[in-house]
Parts: sequence; structure tokens; C-alpha cells
Amino acid sequence: MQWELVIGLETHAQLSTVSKIFSGAATAFGASPNTQASVVDLALPGVLPVLNRGAVERAIRFGLAVGATINRRSIFARKNYFYPDLPKGYQISQYEIPVVQGGGLSIRTDAGEKLVRLTRAHLEEDAGKSLHEDFAGMSGIDLNRAGTPLLEIVSEPDLRSAAEAVAYARTLHALVRWIGICDGNMQEGSFRCDANVSVRPLGSTTLGTRCEIKNLNSFRFLEQAICFEAARQIELIEDGGAVIQETRLYDPERDQTRAMRSKEDAQDYRYFPDPDLLPLEIADDWIETVRAALPELPEAMRERFKTEHGLPDQDAAALTASRELADYFTALVAELPGEAKLAANWLMGEVSARLNRADIGIEAAPVPAPALAGLLRRVKDGTLSGKMAKEVFEAMWAGEGEADHIIAARGLQQISDSGELERIIDAVLAANGKSVEEFRAGKDKAFNALVGQAMKATRGKANPAQVNEILKRKLAD
Amino acid sequence: MSALHHASLGQLSRLLARREVSAEALARLYLDRMAAHGDLNAFLDVRPEVTLAQARAADARIAAGEAGPLTGLPIAHKDIFVTRDFASTAGSRMLAGYMSPFDATVVERLAAAGMVTLGKLNCDEFAMGSSNENSAYGNVLNPWDRQAVPGGSSGGSSAAVAARIAPVATATDTGGSIREPAAFTGVTGVKPTYGRPSRWGMIAFASSLDTAGLITLSAEDAALVLGAMTGFDPRDSTSVQRPPEDYTRELHTPVKGLRVGVPKEFFGTGLQPDVEAAVRAALAQFVALGATLVELSLPNAELGIPVYYVVAPAECSSNLSRFDGVRYGHRAARYADLADMVKKSRTEGLGAEPKRRILVGTYVLSHGYYDAYYLKAQRVRRLIAEDFARAFEHCDLIAGPVTTSVAFDFGDKAADPTAMYLSDLYTIPGSLAGIPSMSIPCGFGAKGRPVGLQLMANHFHEARMLGAAHQYQLATDWHTRVPAGF
Repeated sequence: MQWELVIGLETHAQLSTVSKIFSGAATAFGASPNTQASVVDLALPGVLPVLNRGAVERAIRFGLAVGATINRRSIFARKNYFYPDLPKGYQISQYEIPVVQGGGLSIRTDAGEKLVRLTRAHLEEDAGKSLHEDFAGMSGIDLNRAGTPLLEIVSEPDLRSAAEAVAYARTLHALVRWIGICDGNMQEGSFRCDANVSVRPLGSTTLGTRCEIKNLNSFRFLEQAICFEAARQIELIEDGGAVIQETRLYDPERDQTRAMRSKEDAQDYRYFPDPDLLPLEIADDWIETVRAALPELPEAMRERFKTEHGLPDQDAAALTASRELADYFTALVAELPGEAKLAANWLMGEVSARLNRADIGIEAAPVPAPALAGLLRRVKDGTLSGKMAKEVFEAMWAGEGEADHIIAARGLQQISDSGELERIIDAVLAANGKSVEEFRAGKDKAFNALVGQAMKATRGKANPAQVNEILKRKLAD
Repeated sequence: MSALHHASLGQLSRLLARREVSAEALARLYLDRMAAHGDLNAFLDVRPEVTLAQARAADARIAAGEAGPLTGLPIAHKDIFVTRDFASTAGSRMLAGYMSPFDATVVERLAAAGMVTLGKLNCDEFAMGSSNENSAYGNVLNPWDRQAVPGGSSGGSSAAVAARIAPVATATDTGGSIREPAAFTGVTGVKPTYGRPSRWGMIAFASSLDTAGLITLSAEDAALVLGAMTGFDPRDSTSVQRPPEDYTRELHTPVKGLRVGVPKEFFGTGLQPDVEAAVRAALAQFVALGATLVELSLPNAELGIPVYYVVAPAECSSNLSRFDGVRYGHRAARYADLADMVKKSRTEGLGAEPKRRILVGTYVLSHGYYDAYYLKAQRVRRLIAEDFARAFEHCDLIAGPVTTSVAFDFGDKAADPTAMYLSDLYTIPGSLAGIPSMSIPCGFGAKGRPVGLQLMANHFHEARMLGAAHQYQLATDWHTRVPAGF
């Protein structure tokens, strides 16, 4: 039987506010345990939450970016459960009425473009961290993370493969970074996914029983976990069994998911509106202010790159993969009018490769856009061959200065002076009579040998196209 | 004036300003009286060195000419307010010896006005109770009659003021916890509009109802302190953004022409004849002063108790979850694992009444019951509030009894939670509506125990309510009666 996967993702994006969602404590990652926990985060007797408007503003930004409805009135609710790193014994979240409702995200896979519908996005606070090692039979509690603002983004079960799920997660990841609401750091847990996975016979319209896989903090784990889980469910059903609705954990070491808790022992969270917080009211003019400050979104920019710069869709998509790359490209073409394709090729080729080797983002590249433009101008005007340009780029990366400076210092100008090239080629022809004869006897390979000799004589600086042309002409004489 | 401890706050304020008495001398007077009447068990934490240091600082302010009208006046705080300088237990074993790193806003504001803290006052555990029998630290005795409960949950506050061992005390009211003890001990208790005083630093019981207020010897005293105690606080999201006001401004407004609403539901079966007689006499007094009585109905008021005993336990079941033994408070000595630690710590640290309400609250919020209990209760709560809104279209104040009976004896209702819950029959509707209300002494009933008259006003009409109460107290002397031996 042919099976179809049905996947929905719940993504927690940590919002990039300076302080926590209900207290003034800092949100910075990596501080020593419990140094960024205020009396509110510690849930001392008598404390009260006060909503951070910065978190709401970021939720609005997200809602506008995905074309969702911003609820003018939403409610904070308490989700009650006991856990040592949950200081109040409840998490403040949004339940019945979230701040953002609906909307969608367009994703691209090899199969083409697809719109993934969003159910909702709601604001909530993160819990602290339990540290079960290093304390010899005891547990440590670090409440620095308690109260960190999260936007939980819930998709409809519109994804049909692990590849689509990863494409969705990547697109979402790029978007939250693009609009500046989340730093997207997956190692630090700033962006993490839960995947709801079920399978059904292809063609069926009813949903199978789903399992939720928790806390997937890399795209690779997301893909592997879904693949494993789908295979597990299919095998189970084909063997005559049934999937039980449960929460599962993915173990990357063993590449498998295992049951965490079943629906039967699911907790009753006893949600109710938090009486410490008034309903969140969002005025129209606030939404309009946020809308006005919203940057051009990746999809719009991609279309613009295609029409404005005549770039193929694939290039435009690659260049809008992150706002930093798009900004770099924009700065680069501003310096190189009409050379968008050259700029794009360099960015997606040499520059990307170098960034990957150095494992840094474009924003940290030691060669800023105006400097790269200086180099590409020398490619464009024929001063540098492609090979030489790569050498200059490496030197620029190493901090040797501007392209022109490096070209002059290393004597790397391409020889395009035809008079000089003619003299050199005459000398090459005179010194390689055997090759000339072979060529004239019909051995095409001999031509390449002569080109090689000309390049050698110029230490690679000769313009290869010109060498070809002069050689051809002279041999035809 | 027989003695300083019978003086009004206004009188004490003038003596301090004229430097006829020092804040330190006044503090010593009350510290001595507190020690002499320690058997009342009104105080849970007393630190004379802290009190005297504050008094000396007040004296320095007075000497420097930087004093306000409250500078140097002693006050005691209900143990529901957290304080830096005194332990804050909420009457619970769970928080034995707990020292807060910050002061409640109410405490902070009164300290900023120069008031001197006498100590922390006993109360029902987490403010849950109507008799003070739920304190983990023992009963508070009623100064009028040691067989009688002092009321709750602010029993320490009411007993201390009635015994003149504190001239004024803070208190909190969730369903009647200021007004009922004030009525039982013959003192004045004021619950302002919900949202007017900050809840920051009040150990939460039922967040949508908890309101800070005062217990004093008179409406005039309350009006003097209330302004300094209340005001917008950005740390409390439910705090109301309104300019500060002078609550003494209507003290001298005559009662003539005042329309006093009398809800028939407050005079039904269950109201004891002795209380009814005293309350009716008080209403007649208002008429004698020129007020007119308006018969009215609050048809949903009688649903107050069931609504309250869904909403308050629901909120408390969540509010008390933080007491898990992990970060502070009582932790069991022996446990098997983390879950067991939380379970045992709570089992040992919390008393029977909080446990009962946590159970009820957990139940009404449970999946499948939420709509039938919590949501329905919230809907009825709105109906009760609408009853009051309609009533205030026809009257300026509402008057009636505070309680069905005078103070009952210790043990009378302790074994019957439902009977105990009915003690708050007349006070709960006003709490659910969030309106200001108060209790003033209006006579004595069975066994010579005090009777309280309840006054209620529309939201933010505290000044009008205090003015009417003051006019009544100018014409009567119930509030000046002192229990024997004090």
C-alpha cells in the first residue's frame, strides 16, 4: 500500500527582546545560573507579571509578515502543572484567543511551491532549566531562561513529507530572522520544533492517529525524526497494529523516537484566564505603526530581484535566503549597475564557498560589499581573469587591502595589450616549431599546447580569449 | 482625651507635628501595649529595634520640617503583605520565617509617608477564613469576648485596632476579610475599589478579588491613610490608572439628601434579630440625618456564595502552586524523588483550609468541568455586578448588615466549612463586583458583641462612602466604645 505522511509543526521562536516577557530581567544567553532571574521569575510570594510590549510588537510583526489576523483582543491564560523548573507552578500562555490567527507561509521544495496554512501564533513564557548531572543525586535549577518570551507558531497539518517539513522550518527560520523577531540560534534553543506526525493510505482524506515528537533543535534532526517516525507508524499498521496517540522524544544518537507519555497520562493543564493580566488589547494604530516599519519581505524582494535585475528565479531565491545576504547583494549591485548576474554568481559561488569554509555568515565576512565591488569591476573590465580574481579575493579575505592595491602589489594585471601579446605569441611560435607543424598537420591538441606556452610566458596573466584569437589568426597565416 | 491610645490619627498627627509627642514615644507606647496584650495573639512578628529605628527616622523628618500628616504614626501590617524587615508568613507554616527581599507597594507607600511599622499581624492562612481559626500560628482572640472569634481573615488587624494596640492596621479583603472582622470587633474596616490599591507584594489568594484596605477606629482615620496607601502601580497590571485623590474631601458633606439603597436580599431569613435591630436603627439614624432610604433588589446577590466558592478556589489552586518547597518555604525533610518532595512539602506546609480550596479549585478547572463551573460562575459574577450598577442608578450608597450574626464562638463553625462560608453572605457580592465597601460599628447584639453596618458605593466613590460614614460617626459613639480592659 502507498502511504501519505501528514505533518504539522509547532515551532517555538524565542523573541529577541532585551528583557523577559513578564519581568525586567535580561534574556541574554549563557549567564551563570540564576543571575538573570528577578523576583518575578523566581515566583516569590507577592510578585505579579507585567507584559513586555516589545514581545507583543514582535508578535504583531510576525502576524503581518504571514498575512494573519492580529486579534485586537487576546487573553493570557495559565497552564497549570508542577515541575521544579516551572517556578509559579503554571506557565503563562495564550489558549483560547491567541494574538495571531491564521496566515500562511509559502515554501519551495523540488516538487515546487506550496502554501502552508498557519493555525495560530501565541505568546508565552519559557520555563527554567533542570540540570540533572553534576549534582550527585540532586538536581540543579537554573531559572535564567524562566520568563523568556516565546512565540509558538502552529501550522496546519499541511506538510506531506519530511522534505516539506524541513522546507517549512527553514522558511520560517529565515522569516523570523528576516523580520528581526528571533535570532534563530538553534543550538541555544532560540528556535525549536515539535512535529505532529501521522500516516494514512494515499488518497484517504481522514487523518491517522498522530504522535508528537518534541524539541527538535536542528533541521537534520527534524528530517530524521519524521522519517523514522513515519516508517515506525507504517510498519506498525502494516503489521496489524495501531498507532497510539502519544508524545515521543527523538534520540539522535540512536536515530529513533521513543515514547515519552501517552494521551492517557496527558496532564490536565486546567487552563483559565490569568487574573493578574488584563486582556491584551491591540489598537489599530499600533498595528499600522508596526506595518509601516516592517522591512520588505523575502518573497517580495525575490520577485523584485527577478524583475529589477533580470535574475533567474533560482538566483533570486538564493539571494533572499537571508536578509543579510540580500542586503549584501543590494549593496553590491548598487556599486555595479547592470552587473547583477556577475554579482549574484560571485555571491553564490566564491563568496558562499569561502563563508562556508570559515563557518561564518555574510554579515561577518571580512570583505564588505564595496570592496567586493572593487574586485568585480576589475573582472568586468578585463583586468583580472577569473582565476586571478579568486587569488585577489583570497588576499582581500586575508586582509591585504583593496583589490586594486593587491593587483598592483602582486603585478596581477591581465595582459590585454594586443601589441604586447602579439610579440609574446610570435616568440612562442618561433620557439615551438614542432607544435606549429603538428597543428598544421591536423593535430588540434597542439593548439592547446601553444596556448599553454603563451600563458606560461605571461605567468598566467594573458587574457585567454585574446591569446586564442591571436594564435588562431597567426596559425592561419 | 483619656490617653494617647484612644486618640484619633488626626489628633496624633497634630501632636507629632507640634512635637508634643515624639514618634519614638508613640512607638514605645504601642510596643508596650502590644507586649502587655500579647495573649490576644494578634501579632506574628514584632521587632522593636526595627520599629524604633523607623520612629527615630520619622522624628528626624519632623524635626527637619519634611514631615507629612502621616509621618510618625504607627501602623501594623497584615501578614499577607510582604515586608523586608519582618517575616512574611501569610499565617502559613509553609512560609515560617520567610523574609521577602522587597516590600509590598502598600507597605512601601505608607513607609514613604513616614508611618512606623509596629509588626506583622496574624491572619487566616493565605487569607482563607472567616474566624482566624485557620492560622498556623494559633487563634487571635476577640478583645470584646475571648470566647468569640475576631473574624477573619484579617483577625489580627481587627483585634489589634479594637484593643488599641495599634492605631491603624492594613488588612486585605477577598470576600469579606476586612469587613467581617471589623464588624465582629467593633471597628471600622474599609475595602476600596478593586484595582485602586496595588496588589504588588500581597501574597495572592484570589487575584481577581484580593483588595488591600484598612482597619481603623473611624472613617475619618481611614480617609486620612487611604490616599497614601492607594494609587497607580506599574508593577500591578490590574492597578487602575487614575490620579491620586484626597479621600477626606467629603468628610464634611452633610448626609442630607443622600439616597441610601436598602437591598431586600440583605434582610432575609438567616439574619439574626439582634443584628437586624442594630442595622435598622443605624438606617433610622441616616434618615434622621436627612438621608432617604430607597428599597431595592439585588436579585443575583444570593448567588454570590456559590460563585465565590468557584472563582476564589480556582484562582487559589493556581496561586498556591508556587509553594512547592523548591525555591523557598517549607521543604519536607525526607522524600523519594522530586515529585515526592513537592507532594510532601505541600502536605506538611499547607493547612486544611488551603488544601480544601485547592481541591475544589482544581476540580472546577478540570477538563470537562470548566464550562459548568468556572465559566458559569464568571457569567453569574457579571450579573451580580450588573445588579449593583442598576442599583446605583437609584441610590448613592447601599447599606445593610455585614454579617448575619455577631461574632460566633471558637469552634462553632470550624467543623462545618459550609456554615463558615455563609458568614460572608453579605460581603461577597460587593467583592465580586469590585466596588468599595466598609463596615462601621452600629451597636451591640447578643452577649454584648459588636454589630457592623455595611456601606457600599459605586466604583471609585470611596470619598462619598467615607463621608457618609463619618457623618454617622459624628452623630453616634459606637466607634468610640472600648472593650473592657483596653
